[in-house]
Parts: sequence; structure tokens; C-alpha cells
Amino acid sequence: MIIAAPGAASGEFVERDHTQHPPALTPGYRTSVLRSPRNALIAPRPTLSETTGPVFDPRELGEKDNDLILNFAKDGLPIGERLIVHGYVRDEFGNPVKGALVEAWQANAGGRYRHKKDRYLAPIDPNFGGCGRMITDENGYYFFRTIKPGPYPWANSTNAWRPAHIHFSINGTGWAQRLITQMYFEGDPLIERCPIAKTVPTLDQLRSLIAQEDPANNAPFDARTYRFDLTLRGRRATFFDNITLPGAPR
Amino acid sequence: MSLSPHSMIARRPETPSQTGGPYVHIGLAPQQAGFDIFDHNFGNVLTTPETKGEHITLEGRVFDGTGTPVRDVLIEIWQANAAGRYAHPGDSQDGHTQGGRTQAREIDPTFRGWGRTGGDFDTGVYTFETIKPGPVPANDGGTQAPHILMVLFARGINLGLHTRVYFDDEADANAADPVLTGIEWETRRDTLIATRSERDGKVIYTFDVYLQDTPAGGHETVFFDI
Repeated sequence: MIIAAPGAASGEFVERDHTQHPPALTPGYRTSVLRSPRNALIAPRPTLSETTGPVFDPRELGEKDNDLILNFAKDGLPIGERLIVHGYVRDEFGNPVKGALVEAWQANAGGRYRHKKDRYLAPIDPNFGGCGRMITDENGYYFFRTIKPGPYPWANSTNAWRPAHIHFSINGTGWAQRLITQMYFEGDPLIERCPIAKTVPTLDQLRSLIAQEDPANNAPFDARTYRFDLTLRGRRATFFDNITLPGAPR
Repeated sequence: MSLSPHSMIARRPETPSQTGGPYVHIGLAPQQAGFDIFDHNFGNVLTTPETKGEHITLEGRVFDGTGTPVRDVLIEIWQANAAGRYAHPGDSQDGHTQGGRTQAREIDPTFRGWGRTGGDFDTGVYTFETIKPGPVPANDGGTQAPHILMVLFARGINLGLHTRVYFDDEADANAADPVLTGIEWETRRDTLIATRSERDGKVIYTFDVYLQDTPAGGHETVFFDI
């Protein structure tokens, strides 16, 4: 169960650039008001506790874990547009993040989640679970197959609709790289109107959450393909005692 | 115009965070969402009967600014084993010397040191079955008090909130811990201390998290920019 992959980086992480992330309090996304700390975060020098993190082995996952079309199919295939989503997980300096645990979850084609708390009137798809997971390879590459999620209404206001999206959870090579985000689809007019998407400080930053259509990599007569790359925090490498420089080793 | 070099340093921006949303369990704890899909599930039991160290239950609730439990929260923890070693290649400790004695710091093959769980949908209570970690090295050659790292995700939380769990029966170690004592406001340090008790012969540490001060007197937990 414990496999310590050799060669993983051990330097401390470069400090997080918070201008890249939503602030805790974003009143347009109303739920954040009572769930956002009012005090400033405290920033201690990173220790061994933050530069290390859980290690995952591909053998912990099942063969169909990254195939959302088949991993919950009972007596048929899920309804909806067949999609492949693929991309690279890299750090801020362009190094591939290998061995990252990528987990994805989403609504079905009608915008309904298979979750006991989701009461939306669109039906559950009996052949669709809506979650998958994979581990990045040596190049930081991941891919999965799914159906396109539908938009759905939510209670932020009386007529608010989430754009079609897939949730992503990433565990990189250290605790401080932990990231949860959402992937949107190129061309969706709902993105610009979404209070959650717009918690990201600028529209230009929001563009990095929009997957790009990748027709050259379509699976002909099978599925369309979208490309979505993710960037995690980078590490400083220790060249000499007490001297660190960013970005290495490659 | 000044003579500046062509740019050779490229720091790409980190992908922006988005909330995990109310249905985070589908992806990270599908059994709690109400269905069974994977052969192997990640969960809140970090130990096996063979795991070395004092077996403990870490439990508590997370409260919003009104004092209402955040029932949809998703919590992950990361910790060293009982010998104070992390199961990660970045932790290369073989042994450490304290008081003239060298103690082995070996990896425990039964203990990854990581777990995740959601709050109970009715009560908001979260629970982890784990062991009390050993002390781990600090940056200055000293020692950090035993602690567990915790991160919280939920609807309304835009960027995962990081905190640390310390133990109330480690008063001396806590008083010397560089992260804990680095918090300028002494009154806020208490928000990171779990309280020990026993129930049915089991050791329980209770650790409640307050996202904000509450009307009933809850003090906002210290969160870290790690």
C-alpha cells in the first residue's frame, strides 16, 4: 500500500500567487459569505509536512476508473455526447507532474448528479455514475472518456444556471499542491454569467479553466475530444545548503 | 528603453481554484453520495490493526458564521507515522538523535498517512481512524510538535482551507512548536488544539473548525497559506 516512488521532488514550494485564485469572500457567490474566513491566512515557512504528501499507485485504481462511459454502465450506455478529455498536469516551471492523482466528477447529460442531495427534476441516468479517476504518467499526461455534462439550475438566484462543467481534484507530489477546480467548455455562453466561474479574479484567468476543442484528436465515429491542461505549484530545488533556486531540476 | 534581456524565466500561473461544490462526494467519496462504483475506495480509516502507534479517533464538526454545521464539507488529512516519518520520497530521515539517543524513523508499510471523509449529512460530524503522529523535524534543526495537516473543501469555499491539528496532551511540545508559536496572537493558537477524551475504551481527539467567529462565541480557526 505504501510505495515511495524514487525521484520525486523534495524542495519546498514557491509561495502561492493568490492573485490567481478567487478570494475567500465573493458575495456574488452567496454561499461564500458565511463560509469565508475573516482573518488573513498565516504563512509559516514551509516544513517537511507541507513539501511531502500522499503517494498513489496506479494499482490502487481499477481498469475502468477513467472510463465514465463504462464504469457504471448496467444494461446499456449512458445517454449523451461522447467525449474524451485529455491534457497534461505540469508545475509552474513547466515540469511534468507525474504520479498525480486526478479525480473528476460531473452531472449527467441532463444536468443531474447521482447524489442523494441533488433534487433537480432532470432524471438520473441508470448507466452513468459521473465520477472517474486516473494517475498521470511520466509526462504528466492524463485522459478519460465521458459524456458531456448538461447545465443545471441552482439556487444562487431564482434563474441561475451553471455552465456545463467537470470538477477536477488533483493531488500532486506534495500537500501544498492540492487543488480542486472546474473545467468549462469552449463556446458556452453560460460561463460569463456564472457567479462561481466569475469568482476567478479576471476573465483572462478564467480562460485557463475553459477546455479547448481538439478535433485532430477526435476518435472518429466515436467521440469528440477536448484538451485541458492544469498547472500546479512549482518547487524550489536545493543546489547547495541554504541556497535554493526556482524551477529545477527538470 | 532600458536594455533588458530576452525572458528566460517562465513561471506559468497556477490553475485557478474553484469550489468543490455541494456534490464533491460524487468524485471523492462516492459511497457517501449514495452509490458504489470503485473496487477500491479512499476513506477515513488510515490504519490497519498492525499499524504502529497509539490508535486514535479524530472527530469534530465544521461550523459556518452562524454556528451551523457545514454538513457537506469534505476533509482530507496528511500526517507522519508514529515514528515521525512521512511516507513520501521527500522524507529521507533514517533516524534522528535526541538526548544522545538515536531513534529509528522507519516507514510503516501499513500506514500511508492520508485519508479523506465527508461530514455526516445529518450531524455534520467527521471522523478519522488514525494514529497519533510522532514529532517531525522543523526547518531550523529543531522539532515540530506532533500534528496532523488538514484541508477543507465545500460549497462556498473557493480555495481549499488549510489548517493544522495539534494535541492538548502535548503542552510542552506545543509550546516549542515553531508554527504554533509563530502565530502572533496567542489567543488564536488554541483554535488548533484537539481535545483528548476516552469513549468506550477508545481515545478520541475532538477538533472543531470554525470558518468564522460565531454568535455563540466560536473563534475562527487559524488557516494557513502553505
